[in-house]
Amino acid sequence: MTADETELKTLMLASQRGDAAAYRALLAKLAPRLRGYYKRRLTGVGRSADEAEDLVQETLIAIHLKRQTYDPGALFTPWLHAIARYKLIDFLRSNRMSRMDVPIDDHHDLMAADDHASAEGTHDMTKLLDRLPKRTRQAIEAVKLEGNSVAETAARYGMSESNVKISIHRGLKALAALIGRDSSG
Amino acid sequence: MKTDDLVEALSARAAPVDFREVGRRIALAATSGLIVAAVAILIGLGPRSGLATAGAWAFLCVKVAFAAGIAATAAIYLSKLSRPGGAPRHEIWFVVLPFLAIMGLALVSLGTAPASHWSRMVAGDAWLECLVSIPVIAVVPFALTMWAVRQAAPTDLRRAGAFAGLVAGGISAIAYALHCTDDSLPFVAVWYGGTIIVCTLAGALLGPRLLRW
Repeated sequence: MTADETELKTLMLASQRGDAAAYRALLAKLAPRLRGYYKRRLTGVGRSADEAEDLVQETLIAIHLKRQTYDPGALFTPWLHAIARYKLIDFLRSNRMSRMDVPIDDHHDLMAADDHASAEGTHDMTKLLDRLPKRTRQAIEAVKLEGNSVAETAARYGMSESNVKISIHRGLKALAALIGRDSSG
Repeated sequence: MKTDDLVEALSARAAPVDFREVGRRIALAATSGLIVAAVAILIGLGPRSGLATAGAWAFLCVKVAFAAGIAATAAIYLSKLSRPGGAPRHEIWFVVLPFLAIMGLALVSLGTAPASHWSRMVAGDAWLECLVSIPVIAVVPFALTMWAVRQAAPTDLRRAGAFAGLVAGGISAIAYALHCTDDSLPFVAVWYGGTIIVCTLAGALLGPRLLRW
């Protein structure tokens, strides 16, 4: 058993118990692995590596919504690989490619390399953002999407800096709830 | 949106989850499916007659044991198929065992009877009723089981759909046994076995469409 497997499984078990810090650490470790995996697979079938980021995000959301399906009696990386591969095949199929185009791989491919070149996904956040209260939406748009500082945002909307931070925090929580509802419904 | 922000958003919602939920949902779906199927059979077709004799009881038990054996082993296998990565292939044999057992018993029963009785032993009185009832009654258990599987995360949708069909077919056959008066092992092997396989094939066809997540 690799060190990866042991470490990720420990984090996953803690995440299933509701440990938010372990969960954040787990997702943060998985994102670059998934990115590397999807970029390799997408370029392997002649598609642009730019599409990888959407798949990374979709897979992270799937991991979130389906985290109760991980059986602690089993290894973690094959579970993760099965989800990653399922989402890849699903993506290619909806883009009219056959699963025959996807080479046989296994969970070692997934663990092969990290890719930290995080990019923007095109997941349609604007629609979800519209469903948040106005102040929350403005704060998230200004800081998280446009990249302004908290101080600039506070000045622009006449809010205190701590209010901006609280709005962002609450907004992200609400967004995650909306993502969950949309994907499972 | 940036992936890092998504990670933040998701980890803000790290509510505890129970990995046993997958199996519990499937068990709940199968149990409620069985209740619906049994009530439908008892109200729609009525309970079987002839239960005053020990022979009729024995046949009722054989039919229920065969169908329940399939439903239970298929449900256990299905709860593994409902997790990403699926289930070990060799465990499929547990599900095949009830079929092999009933076919073996049917052959022994045919072998010990004169050949002139064979067609009557296979066709029984109500093969058509059996052929129609089991797949029709299986619809509700199938819908409930598929709903339970959808809440989980199957990655082989065709196989998961097939096993959901097998569970539903087995449940429906348990219910039909409460009505069925064709007390012959070859009848059970051919018509119960056959209709359960039809349910399995229907599940395999519908799986990729209904189970996508």
